[in-house]
Amino acid sequence: MIKTDILIIGAGPVGLFTVFEAGLLKLRCHLIDSLPQPGGQLTEIYPKKPIYDIPGYPSILAGELVDNLMEQIKPFNPGFTLGERAEVIEKTEEGHFRVKTNKGTLHEAPVIAIAGGLGCFEPRKPPISNISEYEDRGVEYIIKDPEFYRDKRVVVAGGGDSALDWTIFLADVASEVTLVHRRTQFRGALDSVEKVMELNAAGKIELITEAQVVGLSGEGKLEKVVIKHKTEGDIEKETDHFVPLFGLAPKLGPIGEWGLNIKKNAIEVDTFDYSTNIPGIFAIGDINTYPGKLKLILCGFHEATLMCQSAFKIINPDKKLSFKYTTVTGVEGLAN
Amino acid sequence: MNNESETMDIKITVIDREDVSHELDAPTDMNMNLMELCKAYELPVEGTCGGMALCSSCHCYIQSDHELPEASEAEEDMLDQAFFVEENSRLGCQLKLTEALDGLTIKLAPVGK
Repeated sequence: MIKTDILIIGAGPVGLFTVFEAGLLKLRCHLIDSLPQPGGQLTEIYPKKPIYDIPGYPSILAGELVDNLMEQIKPFNPGFTLGERAEVIEKTEEGHFRVKTNKGTLHEAPVIAIAGGLGCFEPRKPPISNISEYEDRGVEYIIKDPEFYRDKRVVVAGGGDSALDWTIFLADVASEVTLVHRRTQFRGALDSVEKVMELNAAGKIELITEAQVVGLSGEGKLEKVVIKHKTEGDIEKETDHFVPLFGLAPKLGPIGEWGLNIKKNAIEVDTFDYSTNIPGIFAIGDINTYPGKLKLILCGFHEATLMCQSAFKIINPDKKLSFKYTTVTGVEGLAN
Repeated sequence: MNNESETMDIKITVIDREDVSHELDAPTDMNMNLMELCKAYELPVEGTCGGMALCSSCHCYIQSDHELPEASEAEEDMLDQAFFVEENSRLGCQLKLTEALDGLTIKLAPVGK
């Protein structure tokens, strides 16, 4: 059981900065994120994009901002549960919250800060009408254990690094690997693209470009995919597995079932302290909504700062909170 | 000011995923793109990345025969993450609302659950 003062759900920029503001008030934090690394969208979607509206930085790359935030919160030594999705919440007898992840890790805290951005990143699923019938019956969106595919026939779809890398890896494991991609160019790393071309030329894999998987069939399990080729029409291919690798997209996910007031995929909050309808649970950053809301990192930083004041009062009901500037007191753990 | 400097509103038709057609009045003087226009009319377009051609959630099909600026390499790369991509596929966020788009008809592409 991981115990902390503020359990932060979402390790994006706003979740990370919460650690700093909480740290100034001597509150400890632990973060949960479904992605394997901190940074949220900034790391997952646009690490190389410059951001121009972070005060004091005329321009900063999203990835650099995350690195800086990690450096800034280091003195407060936050805990991280990464690669796990916050799934179930319950109240303990003493009025704390207990949060369990999809992998069963338990966390307990008197205050929850939901800084979940647009939700948790999950694999993007192709809108093939009957695809859900074949999930775990031949259709997988993530390759967890490549051995699962040993001596099986696999159709991989996608044009990015994961599609290329898994095609290369599975070439030695599966009995037959087919990579389907909608155009002849790939956006993955050049050496992976070359390797796939070599494997195709050597007959180790089959590469079908200018094509997309549009249909699935089979009795009780996947037996066949329909591949629509730009010029040759529909191709039917027998296979044991179909692995569509089309990147990740955020979904609100289990948080939507926690009894919070949700409006258009966002959590309604009181702008006094960004508290939700459940006392002790706050929502900050892109995931919240209120009149005048702007989804900006800098607004999330402000929300995190005000939220920590109320969190302090919940955690230390008998202590008085005196406001101090960092220029006066410095930051504990840093030499000034 | 004289009439020449006035910018005009254009008409854009958006066919949603239930095949319902919406005729939208679109301003050309607000530096908006098609994804933002759909969102402004509360049509079901996510625009997850905010318009950086980094998510493909604004994938649509161009159904009228307008001459549009060519898709950039970044847009093509991101269309790789979209589904059921056709010859007339584009990312709405990469199409700026200009007078050349007047009368354009687009259809929102399917999205997975």
